[in-house]
Amino acid sequence: MGVAVESRDQALVESPIVFDVAGLNVHYGDFHAVKDVGIQIRRNEITALIGPSGCGKSTVLRCFNRMNDLIETARVSGSIRYHDVDLYGSDVDPVQVRRHIGMVFQKPNPFPKSIYDNVAFGPKIAGFDGDLDELVEQALTQAALWDEVKDKLNDSAYALSGGQQQRLCIARAIATSPDVVLMDEPASALDPIATLRIEDLMQGLKENYSIVIVTHNMQQAARVSDRTAFFTVDMEETGQRTGVLVEFDETSTIFTNPGEKRTEDYITGRFG
Amino acid sequence: MTGRTETLDTAAVVRASLRGRRFNPAGVAFEATLLLMLLVSLLILVTLLADIVIGALPVFRDRGVDFVTSGISLDSSTAGVWTALLGSIGITLIVAVVAFPLGIGAAVYLEEYAPDNALTRFLQTNIRNLAGVPSIVYGLLGLAVFVRLVDLIGLGGPDTTAGRNVIAAGITLAVLVLPIIIITASEALRAVPDTIREAGFGVGATQWEVIRHHTLPAAAPGILTGTVLALARAFGETAPLLVIGVATGFFSAGSAGLFDRLTGTYTALPAVVLSWSRQADPVFKENLAPAAIVVLLVVLFVANGSAVILRNRYERRW
Repeated sequence: MGVAVESRDQALVESPIVFDVAGLNVHYGDFHAVKDVGIQIRRNEITALIGPSGCGKSTVLRCFNRMNDLIETARVSGSIRYHDVDLYGSDVDPVQVRRHIGMVFQKPNPFPKSIYDNVAFGPKIAGFDGDLDELVEQALTQAALWDEVKDKLNDSAYALSGGQQQRLCIARAIATSPDVVLMDEPASALDPIATLRIEDLMQGLKENYSIVIVTHNMQQAARVSDRTAFFTVDMEETGQRTGVLVEFDETSTIFTNPGEKRTEDYITGRFG
Repeated sequence: MTGRTETLDTAAVVRASLRGRRFNPAGVAFEATLLLMLLVSLLILVTLLADIVIGALPVFRDRGVDFVTSGISLDSSTAGVWTALLGSIGITLIVAVVAFPLGIGAAVYLEEYAPDNALTRFLQTNIRNLAGVPSIVYGLLGLAVFVRLVDLIGLGGPDTTAGRNVIAAGITLAVLVLPIIIITASEALRAVPDTIREAGFGVGATQWEVIRHHTLPAAAPGILTGTVLALARAFGETAPLLVIGVATGFFSAGSAGLFDRLTGTYTALPAVVLSWSRQADPVFKENLAPAAIVVLLVVLFVANGSAVILRNRYERRW
């Protein structure tokens, strides 16, 4: 089928659930973006959300750190339990949510500040009172960027290459010691070598964090993830398009023995 | 026809059409017309400037800085712009103090906090309309409201002034330039990419922290340019000042202290240009008024120039 998958002798160990999503629906105004999604994100695993454009995979990702709150017309219903707390409960502060759940965006978006300030901003506003220099070094080291930037921490982040900028964004996301890192097509704007570095990096990060990655690159999902959720676009009776979850399983199963015809069509490239 | 001859034929056709560059008279005429239009516009400006400078030259040659440091006088050989310059600077400072925070605050609210609904769009449209209201209308507002208000709160100065002073003028002109500041600040904020805001929220910043640390600093060069241009507008504004009682005749400012200068009778550079150009003594009209215009222009050029330098320095940092 053209997609290489590491062979696994045994099923994945069922590590504790971080996010438990059930009956998730997202509307943007009248537009029903995502319909009845249910998945579980587990600790120290990489979960990939894949599917064609408009299938709602990014929308689902942005529910995990309440980024959709920033869109006025967005309406989220259903249940997302994060460590068994209702993420959308009325007493939950979205700012606190985002301190525990870091995010890396599709296009590298460093702040127009120095490399150092990019990493230090999150901990600073969170009231970090330890050794900031050490924290910055740790985060940059974890993001495999330290050796390249240690002599120019006060240079503008915009002086870095695209791949370096994205690793800086990863360092920025992990500098607040999050529990989960969300990645929204983190390598889509990067060349293959920079992409490979990000993928290698994710394998290391998974020791400390739980990672959810959105990608429309199936090979990438196959290479890096432990579990894969396949989304697609359905036509509703009204003629509106809406995103639905087709199948969610271990990555090896999705890519070698998918349970649904639509999944198989997509991953073998026969999709619409 | 074989493939090979076809290729040869194509090459011959291409070669033939490439040769013989043609002259395009309509295109050349169009370009020449555009150039002419540019030259006419420039010529008008240059004539205007030259006329002013030639008129002003004798004043600066004969009196040098004395013209700048002398107060107003009925005698054309001792009259200077000092009183007017102080008045204009005082007004502009008050404009800055009043209009900066109000304008930038309003812009931040409109761009970062206000929901995107019919009311917000209505407000934005009308702020644009306000920027187009003739300045004399603001003069009437200033006379009806700010002159009285300033007098009412005890800053009106002596009875002969009764609120027609630098403070009332500053507030009036602040209101006049407020729409400009709101519009340019809004545009500067809108130009900050949303990805920067998302990045800020993504690391757990509150809305205030995102604005304070990222959106405002990123928009600062644009806001700065807009506000300096607004100040320059206020510095050169004449019509509203005439309505709210700027002195266009002689008065004695003498060695008044700061408070008296703020609350007492005042004049401003554009008002002095107007009053001098109406004097019977031709020296006032032909030399002193142009010289006052030169002073006005120099201040404006310096202000705009420093805005550009400040902006460039700020932008170069990141």
